[in-house]
Amino acid sequence: MIKVEGLTRTYGSYTAVDDISFECQPGRVTGFLGPNGAGKSTTMRVMVGLTPATRGTATINGVQYHDLPNPGRTVGVLLDASAQHGGRSGREVLTLGAMTMGLPLSRVDEMLHLVSLSSSEAKRRVKNYSLGMKQRLGIAHALLGDPQVLILDEPANGLDPAGIRWMRGLLKSYADRGGTVFLSSHLLHEVELIADEMILIGNGRIVARGDRQTLMAASGPADALVTSLDNEALSRALTAKGISVVPAGDGLRVSCEPVEVGRTAVEHHIVLTDLRSGDGGLEELFLQLTADTQREGVVA
Amino acid sequence: MTALTQDPAPAASATRPGGIPFGRLLRLEFRKSWDTRASFWLLFCIGAIVLLAELITALVTGAQDVKDVDYGTFASVTGFVTSILLPVLGIMLVTSEWGQRTAMVTFALEPRRSGIIYAKLGVGLIWTAATVLLALALGAVFNLLYGAISGHTDWTLGWGGLVGFILGQSMAMLGGFALAALFLNTPAAIVVYFAYKFALPTLLIIGANLMGWFKSFSEWINFQQAQGPMYDGIWNMSGSEWGRLIVSGLIWLALPLGFGLWRILRAEVK
Repeated sequence: MIKVEGLTRTYGSYTAVDDISFECQPGRVTGFLGPNGAGKSTTMRVMVGLTPATRGTATINGVQYHDLPNPGRTVGVLLDASAQHGGRSGREVLTLGAMTMGLPLSRVDEMLHLVSLSSSEAKRRVKNYSLGMKQRLGIAHALLGDPQVLILDEPANGLDPAGIRWMRGLLKSYADRGGTVFLSSHLLHEVELIADEMILIGNGRIVARGDRQTLMAASGPADALVTSLDNEALSRALTAKGISVVPAGDGLRVSCEPVEVGRTAVEHHIVLTDLRSGDGGLEELFLQLTADTQREGVVA
Repeated sequence: MTALTQDPAPAASATRPGGIPFGRLLRLEFRKSWDTRASFWLLFCIGAIVLLAELITALVTGAQDVKDVDYGTFASVTGFVTSILLPVLGIMLVTSEWGQRTAMVTFALEPRRSGIIYAKLGVGLIWTAATVLLALALGAVFNLLYGAISGHTDWTLGWGGLVGFILGQSMAMLGGFALAALFLNTPAAIVVYFAYKFALPTLLIIGANLMGWFKSFSEWINFQQAQGPMYDGIWNMSGSEWGRLIVSGLIWLALPLGFGLWRILRAEVK
């Protein structure tokens, strides 16, 4: 269980993290979402005692990180998968970690197996690893001490789609066993798939939080994406019901629940080839909420 | 609301007394001092260059039948070589952690950063002791070789000189270590170390020759010069010689090390 209260970190006149408070509960995956430079990494570094806080506190199981006697056994940390000595092998990196925490070296093989790094890969020097392999090694390092809490900064970065699916399963089952997971990302769809709960940060401040449903509800009316054999007829039928329709790619974007689109199609005997929930709302919300800090501005 | 749902068990285990013991940190840092290619080859080079220097000394002095060659000569040949390479070792012990950004991992696993730095210091002293033993062992071997070539062997090695030798080697390593802690950057630490080791004493002596008042002052800040009397045996050193050694040592070892440590303990690790 992680508790952050009134956390602020300033660099001169620049405020990287501005009075943020939140909690991460055991048994849940909490996603920390925000554009680059929003203050995610600074928050995480303060949580693990690498950056002193200007104001406020961050505690893990009620204790400040600095006061954990053997922190690796309580908190698994992955802040930057590239922050490893390039001249060491993956196995050596894990061996050093196991030595620090006072663990048997058999734990190294268990972790290598868990993250699917083969023994020949584990013998290679980290500088020859791809980013995806470094992430796997970093996850193995974080899980080494069998911690109750995981703090992971952009863990999905560099993983291929299969790797992301693998990590989702890994973190879900870890949370199901009672672990607390706190992970950051700047990609909405990544976090959406993994996290039970999301905290959106922009400009150093928390701009929204909650589970998917709560955020979706806050993001405005639902919409649906539909493609049919006769888009024109469907569009007319929906418009007749007072529902607004705009063309989107091969199909239509309809501002109502998918069920309403299905009902209309049945009534008019139109064959649907694709119907799904729009989801664009959350993406839109994310861009909106963080618009001030987006370098590109919101693309209409 | 959360106070009720919070499980007290993890909190209890998290505050259990006893952190990571220092012996474990020492073993860990010792392993880190040779497990990369750069650090391994540095240690290998120290051994290889010492061997080469000893061999040349034994062959040249033996063949030319130089007199007054004794066991101490061979030990001091090693000492000269290692006094240049041990500071580099001291520097690498500290800076490799910053150059490769592993400090993030190291200090996340042991947030009491001073423990890590003291363990590194301990490892530096272990390697210094190892080079002293290497110097004595190789010195004995090559003294025998010299004896075989020239026909006479002298096993003179003043014990006072030996203690001075050990102290001098340790100070060389610590000099590099202290500057590395101050700069946290390999090139900067190496450049400044060798500037202070080779260029500064010369400048101080020039200054002393030009200005009379500067002579007595420079003696108190010239750490290299102040170390000289140690090699003639620390029991022969006068009070003022000890005084100069301690004062200049405080300036060149304690000050950068203290300030560097203060900075490491407070700095943000990225």
